[in-house]
Amino acid sequence: MLQTAQRSAKSKTKKAAPLHERFLEAFRWMLLARTLEEKLVSLYRGGLITGGVYIGKGQEAISVACGLFLQKGDIFAPLIRDQAGRSAFGEPLLDVTRTYLGSRLGPMRGRDGNIHRGHPRKNELAMISHLGAMISVTVGALLAKRFKGEKNFVGLASIGEGGMQTGSFHEGMNIAAVEQVPLVVVATNNHYAYSTPNDREFACHDLVDRALGYGFEGYSLDGTDLAACLDVIGSAVKRARAGRPPQLVVASVLRLSGHGEHDDASYVTEEIKQQPFARDCLKVAEQTIIDLNLSDAETLAEWRKHAAAQVDEAIASAQKEPAPEGDKEDWCALSTRDLVDSFE
Amino acid sequence: MSITYLEAIREAQAKLLRDDERVFIYGQDVGGTFGGAFKATKGLAKEFPGRVLNTPISEDAIVGTAIGAAMQGMRPIVEMQFADFSSIALNQILNNAGTHHWRTGMPVPITVRLPSGGTKGSGPFHSQSMESIYAHYPGLIVMTPATVEDAYTMLIEAVAIDDPVIYCEHKYLYYHLKADKLPEKGLPTGRARIAREGRDLTIVSYSAMVQESLAAAEELAREGFEVEVVDLRTVKPLDTDTVLASVARTGRLLCVGESFPWGGATAEVIARVTSQGFHLLDAAPQRLNAKDTPIPYHPNLWSAHRPNAQHIATKARALLRE
Ligand SMILES: Cc1ncc(C[n+]2csc(CCOP(=O)(O)OP(=O)(O)O)c2C)c(N)n1
Repeated sequence: MLQTAQRSAKSKTKKAAPLHERFLEAFRWMLLARTLEEKLVSLYRGGLITGGVYIGKGQEAISVACGLFLQKGDIFAPLIRDQAGRSAFGEPLLDVTRTYLGSRLGPMRGRDGNIHRGHPRKNELAMISHLGAMISVTVGALLAKRFKGEKNFVGLASIGEGGMQTGSFHEGMNIAAVEQVPLVVVATNNHYAYSTPNDREFACHDLVDRALGYGFEGYSLDGTDLAACLDVIGSAVKRARAGRPPQLVVASVLRLSGHGEHDDASYVTEEIKQQPFARDCLKVAEQTIIDLNLSDAETLAEWRKHAAAQVDEAIASAQKEPAPEGDKEDWCALSTRDLVDSFE
Repeated sequence: MSITYLEAIREAQAKLLRDDERVFIYGQDVGGTFGGAFKATKGLAKEFPGRVLNTPISEDAIVGTAIGAAMQGMRPIVEMQFADFSSIALNQILNNAGTHHWRTGMPVPITVRLPSGGTKGSGPFHSQSMESIYAHYPGLIVMTPATVEDAYTMLIEAVAIDDPVIYCEHKYLYYHLKADKLPEKGLPTGRARIAREGRDLTIVSYSAMVQESLAAAEELAREGFEVEVVDLRTVKPLDTDTVLASVARTGRLLCVGESFPWGGATAEVIARVTSQGFHLLDAAPQRLNAKDTPIPYHPNLWSAHRPNAQHIATKARALLRE
């Protein structure tokens, strides 16, 4: 029996305690992601990053919860705004700075940039731009694990409400349910797909209602509330791991940046900025820490300093590294070298 | 014993499933007792339980799933019901599978089987030949077997290759081609085959057009011309050396393909021969493709749309007279 369980964030949010250790851990990943991305933005503004910079400001609470509950052997398919989740999943900061700064030593070696990075051998899938495409890829990875007789694994794929409107996403959700793989899809409705507001993206009452149609179990989430994110996403991961049907979590936030750093987001209305979902999850989480006395101001300042130092180090190392060079590149798209076509 | 091109494809898959536990087959109607729209997987679901799986009508997700499974060490074989429907999966094939090794250093060993090409009455959406689209994009190998033996050994080879392979199997050949037995081993992947020797003209072809070209060569032989027929076997990589060596013997080149005329495999062959072997040519190289319209339904129109032995012979005669 599949049911769409819609719960309001309020009714199920037990404020932080007794899980405050996890809350603080999550907060530190969020802080690291925010610190890193702020730094990337300033490098971009200074002309030191080629291409775009896409940040997850305002979505760190959701993202960190996506990475935090995954274990060794689990699959993570992050998307555009998942710095916090990638870090929590285990992506080294150096991967990020090397990719953004175009180091030859990074995982993408200058062949791809910014958010289009990953470590498929470590189960962090490298997204392609085409939204929706990574859902079925995650399904396939899980199917393979089942074929191989592995146990106790899950996969988690991110998507935005914009990407949810692609045919690829729909096909991926359907095939996930047909295959009954242990998949969690975390959809973040940040109320804009680039400049397009929700009313030109979809016309259903609530995106979480779609869970029922796909054969998923669905949950709604206030993405500005870290405790709720940890609870709802953590529980979804647990249910998937326990063999429940695939899980859809739809989180609500506002994107607190442009689509990318080239975008001033002047289309975001003043009205929407006043909505409860427009709160900054990092500030809300920090307030919770102070209100509940989970940590003190000194420790918070210490964490901030530590995050900045880590980021500075990752940037400084990547900046010292060699850039890729056209005449040293092997220009070979196949792994089977003797099957490479030769063009003269 | 006699075995058809279609049976060879089925036998290759049976062998692959038997010999390699990483292999599974994924596609519409391939499983159960049905065994695929063309029966290329008939009986395999029963013989290999849980490894020949029916899918929803979701070409994008079918290939996406295969890609994910390949990343985890499996060797999926995807059957498209018709090559034409692989257009829905273009994104996964070209942008995901085709870029993955380049971007991440991890190849994606999927095999996508495309029942390709025209048969009478199949119309615009069940007749297409898509090899040129796939060959245009980096990161893919594109196979176009023209014989029963190649249908068998090349499919086995496709699954062994660590990179994504588009395997174009021709529907017209399914039942029309027969062989006495299946070989243990074929030519290496990427090597073209001289299907018939001759010294007056080289016809370069692949897939079902090899059979039409051989029939044309037979007809021309009665008129005293010795036509050499080169079967490319894979259109990517393209065996330029074998083609150039043949043109060096004959001085004349005609390329024949069943796909649409703009660009494509035949144009690629001509581009390579003119740029690398211009001095070998005694006449301007020619090519023959289908017409630049959708593929017609009616047999009268269909047989005029697609190159056949008569069209090829006519074109060859003109070239031989030059
Ligand atoms: C299939 C596809 N079409 C268009 C784009 C270009 N594009 C990149 S991000 C984006 C907006 C995505 O919105 P959403 O999925 O809600 O994610 P968000 O950026 O809001 O996090 C668009 C249109 C794309 N990447 N993929």
